[in-house]
Amino acid sequence: MSQNDSQSDSIQNPRVTWEGCSVLLDINDGDRLVFARLSAGSTLKIGNKTYSLQPLIGCPFGSLFQVENGDQGHCLARFVPTVEGNNIQEKGDFESQDEIKDNRALVDNNKAQSLTGEEINAMRSQGATGDEIVEALIANSATFEKKTLFSQEKYRLKKQKKYAPKVLLRRPFARSICEAYFKKYPARIGFLRVDALSLLLSMANVTANSDVLVVDMVGGLLTGAVAERLGGTGYVCSTYLGSTPYSIDIVRIFNLSNEICKRIVRSSLADLSLSQNGTSEQIHQQGDDINMECLSNNQMSSSVGTEEITPTENERSDLISETTVSPVNKTGKSTKAGNKASKQAIDLWKENGFSSLIIAAPELDLWSLLKDLLPLLANSAPFAIYHQYLQPLATCMHNLQLGKMAIGLQISEPWLREYQVLPSRTHPCMQMSAFGGYILSGIKICSSS
Amino acid sequence: MLPIDPTKKISFTRHICDGDLVIVYERHDNMKAVKVCQGSVLQNRFGVFKHSDWIGKPFGSKVFSNKNGFVYLLAPTPELWTLVLSHRTQILYIADISFVIMYLEIVPGCMVLESGTGSGSLTTSLARAVAPTGHVYTFDFHEQRAASAREDFEKTGLSSLVTVGVRDIQGEGFPDEFSGLADSVFLDLPQPWLAIPSAGKMLKPDGVLCSFSPCIEQVQRACDSLRSNFTDIKTFEILLRTYEVREVKMDYSQGDEAKPGSILPCKRPQRAIEGGNEQDKLSSQTVMARPCSEAKGHTGYLTFARLKCLS
Repeated sequence: MSQNDSQSDSIQNPRVTWEGCSVLLDINDGDRLVFARLSAGSTLKIGNKTYSLQPLIGCPFGSLFQVENGDQGHCLARFVPTVEGNNIQEKGDFESQDEIKDNRALVDNNKAQSLTGEEINAMRSQGATGDEIVEALIANSATFEKKTLFSQEKYRLKKQKKYAPKVLLRRPFARSICEAYFKKYPARIGFLRVDALSLLLSMANVTANSDVLVVDMVGGLLTGAVAERLGGTGYVCSTYLGSTPYSIDIVRIFNLSNEICKRIVRSSLADLSLSQNGTSEQIHQQGDDINMECLSNNQMSSSVGTEEITPTENERSDLISETTVSPVNKTGKSTKAGNKASKQAIDLWKENGFSSLIIAAPELDLWSLLKDLLPLLANSAPFAIYHQYLQPLATCMHNLQLGKMAIGLQISEPWLREYQVLPSRTHPCMQMSAFGGYILSGIKICSSS
Repeated sequence: MLPIDPTKKISFTRHICDGDLVIVYERHDNMKAVKVCQGSVLQNRFGVFKHSDWIGKPFGSKVFSNKNGFVYLLAPTPELWTLVLSHRTQILYIADISFVIMYLEIVPGCMVLESGTGSGSLTTSLARAVAPTGHVYTFDFHEQRAASAREDFEKTGLSSLVTVGVRDIQGEGFPDEFSGLADSVFLDLPQPWLAIPSAGKMLKPDGVLCSFSPCIEQVQRACDSLRSNFTDIKTFEILLRTYEVREVKMDYSQGDEAKPGSILPCKRPQRAIEGGNEQDKLSSQTVMARPCSEAKGHTGYLTFARLKCLS
């Protein structure tokens, strides 16, 4: 398909979807966000209807789709907006006309709309498009003309969402994945907000050719975000305590190429910390065991994956759900991310040290973890630790200071506010996230001993 | 600065060489970039440091002066560079920078356009994000500023990733040769709305634009001009609150004397942390954190928008 063209054009950054591609579907301007994998059999449910996602394959990311009444019933069809868009047009209009109108004459008695439900259904069965129904609703609204331009626009938008839903095709990136999870399932990503994630990546100097050590107990979001920045070079090594790696299911939502997936490896902390003169046989045996567990864990997680992310019951504004993925497609899916780190790689890290460290492990005791991890870092390597509580970070910072193990120590908390920017109506958004987490950052120095 | 050349990557075996750029760290608020040069010395309030003493030491080492004062020698990173670069203009700091890179969806291999270059603080992070195969084309209308930026990128080893051009982007727009090739565009201009039509031409469909402006009026006008060709127009403000951590002595003895019901917060800030004078069994050391009293209250508004997909 067009997959090859788009991918050869830019391997890291394909701009057209392909079969098996992971996408983010934005339904009605962010009302609902759904992650899906495109295949001939995958579907999307909007309202009480199910639509095939087949028409989305081969389309550029950023394309808009609308429900259309085709020959074989309802389907999603590409919709190309005009350049000017359907945004509110003339600012001049607003200021002049707006001042005359207000809501003194509006009475909320549910009698403004003269079109009945039956009549709407009749229109539908006669093949009226969603837009035609919206126009009819407006024409039959007794109060529409009395509304201000702004509320007219609001009214139109509300009806459009119901009768002519739009689906926007998005590329899943660390940004969109983090935002979508933060909105719907913040606990699964340890309440890590997108600005905090972006700070972690900067503070740990994540870049091509670096070997980044991570402790990812935020579902793989961190691992995926680091891998995205490595672009198929260096390594992101996700380490874990005990014998079972933490789930990195979210990595599958990123559209990471095989080359990038190969750079995501896992290794137990015990393996990384074993002194180099430990007998190689020991290492080997232990390695094999872990490899097995790693694999079975992978299999398990891929079978559980789709359900795990499906919202409980039919919530009205479900934000994340993975649409039904045909099993054929899944097995055809490329390299698995998160293989066990090879012995050569581990030896190299022991010899050279990791270039940086990021921890997002809300459930582990930070200080004891950090004490074990810090020696694995090259000297002068930066680190960044995320936590949703302040105290563990404060303790860590204090201990690092006392032990003279790191410098440039700082605890920071990002604050993010969004603005509504409209002609004569600009102000901060009424709702905001009040908390995005704390980050302790610093630079490891040579031990004085 | 970046491990474009993997042999230069920091590691246990990589030592400071003649000609390396090091960040000399005195305190978290006092750092300096120094090019190591065999016969050279660094002089500061701690005394005289001979560069020859530094050569062969690992990065992250503590080094001493003739008066036994010390500093740390760190490997440069874009974050450290932002703290030491010479300010030729107002610069962007870590919170804005990180958010911009994330929101512009910049990954290795991307082609990014930027104007103005300013002091090159953001440019350095853009280069890190597009490495090893992408490229940043950055423009400033100030010839000397562009030249100084070019020198800086030479110094930090980013020249292969960054090209600095002298051009008035507000007046002339971006060069036509980049039409339809940019993955992302970043604007830090006094009148961004003048450059937005050109930025739209440069972007690939679905590409992301960011405009940084300190004033809301600039944002207002930029958003007005974005509405015709862009979607997903969003404006943010991001700030960082930093915390100070101290070990404080909590005094519990009062609890016995005080009447029930009068539970007061009996925190006594301790002057010396390492003082360790054991006067009271009824007290204990606790590590506590509180926000620093001073912070940046405003840097600028970040407006993001995505080029509509029309084809």
